Amino acid sequence: MKELKILSIVVAFTLVLYWGVEPFAHSQMHPHVAPADFTFKDLGTNPKKGNATKGAEDFMNAGCIGCHGLKSQGMPSPMDNATASASFGVVPPDLSTAGTIYSENFLSALIKDPAHALNVEHKFTDGRTHPMPKFYGLGGDIDQEVANIVAYLKSIAPKEVSDEQVFEDACQRCHSMKYDKKYSNSDPEALKNYMGTTPPDLSIMIRAKGREYLETFINDPQKQLKGTSMPRVGLTKESQEQVINYLEKVGDRKKAERESLGVKVIIYMLIFTILAYLWKVKIWREVH
Amino acid sequence: MAEITKANGIGDWLDQRLATKKLAKVLMSEYWIPKNINFLWAMGVVLVVLFAILIISGIFLLMYYKPDINLAFDSVNYTIMQEVDYGWLWRHMHGVAASMIFLVIYIHMFTGIYYGSYKKGREMIWLTGMALFGIFSAEAFSGYMLPWGQMSYWAAQVITNLFGAIPVIGDALVVWIRGDYAVADSTLTRFFMLHVLLLPLAIIGLIAVHFYSLRIPHVNNQEGEDIDFDKESEKYLAGNKKESKVVPFWPVFLSKDFFVTGAFLTFYFYLVFYHFNFAMDPINFEPANPMKTPAHIYPEWYFLWSYEVLRGFFFDIAGIAAMNIGLVAFGFANVIFMLLPFLDKDPNVVPAHKRPKFRIWFWVLLLDLMILTVYGKLPPTGMNAWVGFFAAITFIGLWVALPFITKSDAKVTGGVK
Repeated sequence: MKELKILSIVVAFTLVLYWGVEPFAHSQMHPHVAPADFTFKDLGTNPKKGNATKGAEDFMNAGCIGCHGLKSQGMPSPMDNATASASFGVVPPDLSTAGTIYSENFLSALIKDPAHALNVEHKFTDGRTHPMPKFYGLGGDIDQEVANIVAYLKSIAPKEVSDEQVFEDACQRCHSMKYDKKYSNSDPEALKNYMGTTPPDLSIMIRAKGREYLETFINDPQKQLKGTSMPRVGLTKESQEQVINYLEKVGDRKKAERESLGVKVIIYMLIFTILAYLWKVKIWREVH
Repeated sequence: MAEITKANGIGDWLDQRLATKKLAKVLMSEYWIPKNINFLWAMGVVLVVLFAILIISGIFLLMYYKPDINLAFDSVNYTIMQEVDYGWLWRHMHGVAASMIFLVIYIHMFTGIYYGSYKKGREMIWLTGMALFGIFSAEAFSGYMLPWGQMSYWAAQVITNLFGAIPVIGDALVVWIRGDYAVADSTLTRFFMLHVLLLPLAIIGLIAVHFYSLRIPHVNNQEGEDIDFDKESEKYLAGNKKESKVVPFWPVFLSKDFFVTGAFLTFYFYLVFYHFNFAMDPINFEPANPMKTPAHIYPEWYFLWSYEVLRGFFFDIAGIAAMNIGLVAFGFANVIFMLLPFLDKDPNVVPAHKRPKFRIWFWVLLLDLMILTVYGKLPPTGMNAWVGFFAAITFIGLWVALPFITKSDAKVTGGVK
């Protein structure tokens, strides 16, 4: 039928146009990057098996609590947020959940060389050093000591952490979530100085970037945004998923309502269209 | 004074005072449309429906939107999208309808071009239609600024800057348009006014003229046949409905339009609920930041072809700066469609498939616009820049060739009388 032929031409042109300005154009503007790597292969692995009891001792001896809190073990941060951000630019994290939300491998590498593991060495040139010093060991086998500390953190961390908690522990030191009334722990001015720019509010970042982008970006920001001062934080696959779920819960909180209402509206329109078609056939029978 | 008698019902009461029965005949049941048409003739009604959706959803958005650079972003993305019940629905409907209305405008426009519905008395329909396209463009541009996201800001920056290239008054004009030296609060507030008041008023007025301009020359048909509407409508009213070449607007023509509109809206609502990123660019969900230029700045898809004509001229020619050539070409692209009825030298109304050279011209133009649109979004580097250049040259060349092509076709289509 002639009308169907015309329709197919209109549809074909529309589809090609859509393909050109959306999927194709975006593939050209945002080149594909390697998928997220939650093993952090580039950091190698620690050959030693840690001992949590020894780790508790090593943790104290290594001086971690000079800067970090461990609230769940009754050790609050030694400094308040204002003092801490004045000293370091950004508030050092409380480590209560670190053993669960961060990859074991990543934690080992981080303790030995923070700037390297965080993938922010480009920020610390010309004699500037990362506020967290490298761990040079307590005199024994450094790999063993690191493994012990990590084993300790794992042993004290809760097995399950809520989506919101992962965000608070992993992201909120720098980022705010205005639409959920969460604000960065660090002093805004100190943070801006330290990072070079104010880290963006993440309230609706899920709509701005989408899941797919965030999955590779959070895992290693340099992949998508070369030169950014945002560190990779070493979240495990599960924890990163939780962060993204939280971003979606706040930034796209009507998603469920949207998707369930959509079906109903479309069914309504389909019924309307069918009735309109039957009416049209009836009316046109008289004139054809 | 008319003779007023005791009315036998509300209808009669109104009829005595407003001649509603006569009005309904003139506008609906005895407004004649050719029978030999296809679904493309329903695009006008689809556009009216989309425009109505834009107005209604716009009114709801207007109740919560705040035209202030410190409040705008959150009023849209928090108040409307999250706090107000179904505010997100109005916004999605508004954003997707704004994008889809351009798709339908383009279909409507190219239907007119294909069937030659812009000449032999139908020039005013074409001119008012193209004027509507122009004002809708301004309406879309001003509306895009309102959420005050990254692309709102940077598109406003880039587009208002274009006026700076106008000789002598350029710089002053840019400041006058913006109300400030840079795109700022004053810019947002005045574009808000344009978007919700002046431009919609102009659109509504022009739509009225657009409809009225159809009355005298009547709607065209698939073969470009010159129908005697008086004779054919008499046949219809006498009961020879099957023989008559015309049908009344109501209910015959509209019954088909309702079906087409229903089918279209089904698709539209699918986009509103499940596939909206094309119309609500994710980058605009980042707040405007004058200190941070986005990696890629591009207009919405419906402006890409003319934007690419502007960008296509990327190197100086004969000592004239690339930017100036581009701007002249851009100006050309924006007015040339308006002149179509006068550049077409074939006086006969015939569909493109019966016009040997125009037919080729039509499809080449359509393909060229597709290429311009796609390359208008890609980064203008390397090969892309050259594709854009040649597509822009082709676009201009097509319009230069049009008078000659149509003149030569006239010999085939019925000659110049």
